[in-house]
Amino acid sequence: MANLNMVQAINSALREEMRRDGDVIVIGEDVGADGGVFRATEGLLHEFGAERVMDTPLAESGIAGAAVGMAAYGLKPVAEIQFMGFIYPAVDQIFSHAARIRSRSRGRFTCPLVIRTPYGAGIKAPELHSESTEAMFCHMQGIKVVVPSGPYNAKGLLISAIRDPDPVIFLESTRLYRSVKEEVPEGEYEIPLGQARIVREGTEVTLIAWGGMLRKAIEASEGFDAEVIDMMTLTPIDEEAIYRSVKKTGRVVIVHEAPKTCGFGAELSASIAEYAMLHLKSPIFRVTGYDTVMPLPKLEDYYVPSADRIRRAIEEAMKY
Amino acid sequence: MTASFEVKSLSILNEKGEADETLMPSLPDDDIKRIFELMVLSRTFDEAALSLQREGRIGTYASMLGQEASQIGSALAFEKSDWIFPSFREMAVYITMGYPMYMLLQYWSGDERGARAPAGLNIFPVCVPVGTQIPHAVGASMAAKYKGDKAVACCYFGDGGTSKGDFHEGLNMAGVFKLPVVFICQNNQWAISVPRRRQSASKTLSQKAYSYGFEGIQVDGNDVFAVYKATSEAVRKARGGGGPTLIECFTYRMSDHTTADDSSKYRSNEEVESWKPKDPLLRLKLFMEKKGLWNEQYQKGVEEKSKTAVEQAIRKAESLSPPEPADMFRYALKSPTPRQAKEMEDF
Repeated sequence: MANLNMVQAINSALREEMRRDGDVIVIGEDVGADGGVFRATEGLLHEFGAERVMDTPLAESGIAGAAVGMAAYGLKPVAEIQFMGFIYPAVDQIFSHAARIRSRSRGRFTCPLVIRTPYGAGIKAPELHSESTEAMFCHMQGIKVVVPSGPYNAKGLLISAIRDPDPVIFLESTRLYRSVKEEVPEGEYEIPLGQARIVREGTEVTLIAWGGMLRKAIEASEGFDAEVIDMMTLTPIDEEAIYRSVKKTGRVVIVHEAPKTCGFGAELSASIAEYAMLHLKSPIFRVTGYDTVMPLPKLEDYYVPSADRIRRAIEEAMKY
Repeated sequence: MTASFEVKSLSILNEKGEADETLMPSLPDDDIKRIFELMVLSRTFDEAALSLQREGRIGTYASMLGQEASQIGSALAFEKSDWIFPSFREMAVYITMGYPMYMLLQYWSGDERGARAPAGLNIFPVCVPVGTQIPHAVGASMAAKYKGDKAVACCYFGDGGTSKGDFHEGLNMAGVFKLPVVFICQNNQWAISVPRRRQSASKTLSQKAYSYGFEGIQVDGNDVFAVYKATSEAVRKARGGGGPTLIECFTYRMSDHTTADDSSKYRSNEEVESWKPKDPLLRLKLFMEKKGLWNEQYQKGVEEKSKTAVEQAIRKAESLSPPEPADMFRYALKSPTPRQAKEMEDF
């Protein structure tokens, strides 16, 4: 057991999976000698060589598209897109092909690939380095969206994502990369995709968060009899875990750093309204980024939900 | 630093059916007959598909009329173990690779089960968005190279496809990694209504290869021998570790873009007529006639055989029961999500 930050935990998952399975390949920009701009692939080039740790030309669509071809051929590529704000050129390949090739070929070709990308605010980075557009990927069928909330689950989820037979978008909160350390076992362990976890049990209000917002939700829950759920996987959505909790508490506060409109909180709210409405004691509250583009660092802290904003929403919910 | 390049070109068989013997690939008579028979079969299929669409028996269809030499000449250069990434107009490629014709009709009739390539045939389903299949071929060739397999990847696209970012990203990557991939651009002069000159100011499309650090060649795309020879050489080079090649097959889309298009709106009848004497079947027939490989009776026999095969394919395609509604869930993911499982149950 080692005390690792999330970058080290991700690196450990990649390294162990590459040792275990010769079909696992890392591909992306600066993933080789540089070890990735966040150092998640550090040392892999040295251990596995340039044939398995491939620095590509600067071409996001080309990276995603090549990964589709590699995966169809039988490899398990783990592609890195440097920042979520740079993933848009690759979206055509992800939506039109990665998500569909199993269906389009009636199972003849499949796409067991992982696209890792840093997302979210928290490191005072330039424009388009702090995006949180996970809902866009959740809307598209044929792919899974996974968001670890710390080093321990980052490793277990990434191992599961690499072993998954379908394409997985793996979102790594930049604010979590180096800010927290956890005990992370050496060796392989899987955290199943599609399962949320109860981080803290409670009976009066359910807080739902993921990735970089989880710790803020936990902080805000202090002093309340709150149940905190870490989604970990957004799609496939773990509906049962949510309804079970909502049926118990009757109040829900959803936290995400993406804008409110059509954010993943909208899907959660609608699902709760559809399947657990009669158990609700209060309206559903969403604490989110604003319906603006993500601002530059000077305004970042106003944009991203703070523990205070979450606390106020809990207080509102508790009035009912 | 200066860079220079020569735009290579190749043509062997002219419109009169005369072949340049110095360039002629060594093909036994039986192979030449097979090529001719595949061309007739593909054209018969294409004509039948157009009629089926008019009769409402299949949906929108993209004809490859006039491009038989580009498609068959190139596809014949590949092995069954190679990986083929077509666009949406390559029915003659599928037929040449041995893809069952009834499945092609099944696909065009709106039944996706027709897009499942039979085991042992590594041919991707029709790619509807333009040019996006190019990086897939690049990735497959990366995988083949990594695994030490001898497989080559091949990608088909049109003149319009060369304008796409994925063309640049794919060819660029193929050059950087010196990958075993062959890019076949069927320059059929029209991307729906936009002419070739509006796609690129480059004099040829093949010359673009040189900016990616590998060879390009422009071949007469209506000359099946030239296409076959250029592709065979590109495949040999790729298999031997020599890297990619871009082959521009200079041809013409004799038909509308698809059955949903009317090309008389944007191109002249004179232009279409001017390409008729360049027909790839006509010139092969003239060549074979001179060699004593063709006569009226042979022609009739080939047509009869093709018609029977296509009719059988139609009968089989139309006798299939429609897909079950649950089929749409079956291949969404390897295992359905709880939500999909519930949707299936409630269906």
